[in-house]
Amino acid sequence: METADARLIDAQGLDAVIAVLGELGYDTRGPVVRDGAVMPGTVTGVVDLPVGYHDEQAPGHYQLEYRGDNTVFAWAVGPGSWKAELFPPTQELWRATRDGGDLTFSEPDADYRPLALIGARPCELAALDVLDRVLRDGGTPDPHYRARRDGAFIVVAECGVPAATCFCTSMGTGPGADVGFDLALTELDDGAGHRFVVRVGSERGAEVLAGVSSLPASPANLEGRRQVLAAAADATTRQLSVDGLGALLARNLDHPRWDEAAQRCLACGNCTLVCPTCFCSDVRDTTTLTGEIRRQRSWASCFDLDHSYLHGGPVRATTSSRYRQWLTHKLSTWWDQFGTSGCVGCGRCIAWCPVGIDLTEEAAAIRSTDGAVRPGAAPGRVSS
Amino acid sequence: MPADQGVAVPTGLRRGKDRGTRALTPVPYRVVSRRRETDDVTTLSLAPVAGVAMAFRPGQFNMLTAFGVGEAAISISSAPSSSGPLEHTVRDVGTVTHSLCAARVGDLVGVRGPFGTDWGLAEVDDQVDTLHTLGGTTHAHLRGDVVVVAGGIGLAPLRGAVYELLARRSHDGGGVVVCVGARDPSQIVFRDDLEEWTRAGAEVSVTVDVSAPGWTGHVGLVTSVLGDAHFDPSRTTALVCGPEIMMRFTARALTDRGMDPGRIRVSLERNMQCGVAWCGHCQLGPFLLCRDGPVLPYAGIVAHLLTEPER
Repeated sequence: METADARLIDAQGLDAVIAVLGELGYDTRGPVVRDGAVMPGTVTGVVDLPVGYHDEQAPGHYQLEYRGDNTVFAWAVGPGSWKAELFPPTQELWRATRDGGDLTFSEPDADYRPLALIGARPCELAALDVLDRVLRDGGTPDPHYRARRDGAFIVVAECGVPAATCFCTSMGTGPGADVGFDLALTELDDGAGHRFVVRVGSERGAEVLAGVSSLPASPANLEGRRQVLAAAADATTRQLSVDGLGALLARNLDHPRWDEAAQRCLACGNCTLVCPTCFCSDVRDTTTLTGEIRRQRSWASCFDLDHSYLHGGPVRATTSSRYRQWLTHKLSTWWDQFGTSGCVGCGRCIAWCPVGIDLTEEAAAIRSTDGAVRPGAAPGRVSS
Repeated sequence: MPADQGVAVPTGLRRGKDRGTRALTPVPYRVVSRRRETDDVTTLSLAPVAGVAMAFRPGQFNMLTAFGVGEAAISISSAPSSSGPLEHTVRDVGTVTHSLCAARVGDLVGVRGPFGTDWGLAEVDDQVDTLHTLGGTTHAHLRGDVVVVAGGIGLAPLRGAVYELLARRSHDGGGVVVCVGARDPSQIVFRDDLEEWTRAGAEVSVTVDVSAPGWTGHVGLVTSVLGDAHFDPSRTTALVCGPEIMMRFTARALTDRGMDPGRIRVSLERNMQCGVAWCGHCQLGPFLLCRDGPVLPYAGIVAHLLTEPER
């Protein structure tokens, strides 16, 4: 996105953007501090955002700290991703009532109040692009996802303060955003004060910004933005080497590292819950006391034994095979299935793993011992 | 059922007139007849409550709903050219399949589909030595002899294919060989069909793993009868469905006889909960089997995945 037309607003201007979106009928959602973490919530103004909050993240570690300064976006992603806004943890698909020997079906409307996602991070935009390929742009679009997604107004907040768990620079998904937003904010907090560079990514973004008092962004402001992003990229020290990664993992399905990771992995599924792209779901039918049948979809995890259940038992009975399924899907077979990486480098699975398993470390371990084979693996296995 | 029926629709819900976008809502079919195949396998014949039955190709599957219980992926076991009802052959192995097997004539069963890849019989009519793509792997099209190898209820998705192949045999000229394996004589499904196929000119062999009183046929694994089957490996396509270990050894026996792995097609199975590549349960390596399978050529990665199953 060209920066030539960029504007400059202050915190009151951001307040006004949120107010305009609310007046236009959007359900304004953004980051709020809840239960000691930055989570998606309803925002009606800057006051609802995590002003003055900072975070510390590490494998198995997440801690918010309130410093009371005026920064709005000086934290990295928390456990709640925007996935839940567009692909809710549970979704009713249909219900049916019995009428003598017949059934009458009804289905929930997909007419949702449009969402405004305020303060989404660039890696989260990338995650929505990944979800789009599964739930919207495949052969059969999910009408509920499509309705929520296509109606959503997105205000991205570029990253100035990455966490130690972030590795978006390896995945090409941050710290800045070039496409996929209606408005993009970059927070500047320098000698000249606390402001936001605003870039416009769509016509409706321009219309919203036109309703707000703003100044043209000066060359100094744009240089300020460039410096914020460069500093954020420099501060992103965690790395995942993606060169040939899909093929590397595909030819190392018998690597001993899977069993070693399984010694630590609790198979709790936290990583799949916090992951902004994990899309697996279960479909369950229930019957009410009045005989009404309901079919509901709910999030599922490949760490659940039932996930691979096939007459008689689970296909992936060991934690080792389930961890391998998750990681190889994210970094390898996702490419085969959807033409993209399933990982956007947000680092949530690292911070929220109770035992601190770090996928970048696991992938690096396999890369450093490419071709190692666990004891007992079938001999003569072909590499693909 | 009439769409304008006077049933109150809850607030925020609407009736599924635009069901085209509601891929997870089943269409009600009625059980018009049922046939017990073995002690735990039942074939249900289904007719739509309204409208005409779906079009499909042999090898595809449907998601069948036992209303109030749940849904399961079940292969279509009838032939598309048959003017009769849509048939599914179900083995009672879990809650949903138990309910389906217990369905009585007149009961409603929900049907969604058809889903997935088919056995690729359409190319037989072309009579042109072109290539086509199945599961991302280009391989020679189906012509010449066809060997059908089934283990147990694996014959269900192949049944329609055998009828199609026999109907075409008059102008295609290729031979049809059917090798069926079952655990014991009581587990042999579609006995009447096996006799009909023999009368229609197919070479049909049946073998059981374990014999029983009264059984005078072959005893041994299906690979043992495959060795005696008459076909020319250089111009044969194989269609294989059964337990993974059976498909693995069958594919090995066929390649040992000189068949190109790309001309061996296998039907693979995993947990399925949507049929439309949303739910993620049917992953097998790079494949989503509801979308890329169930029928895939036994070449490259598929052979690799079947050689070392997940654990």
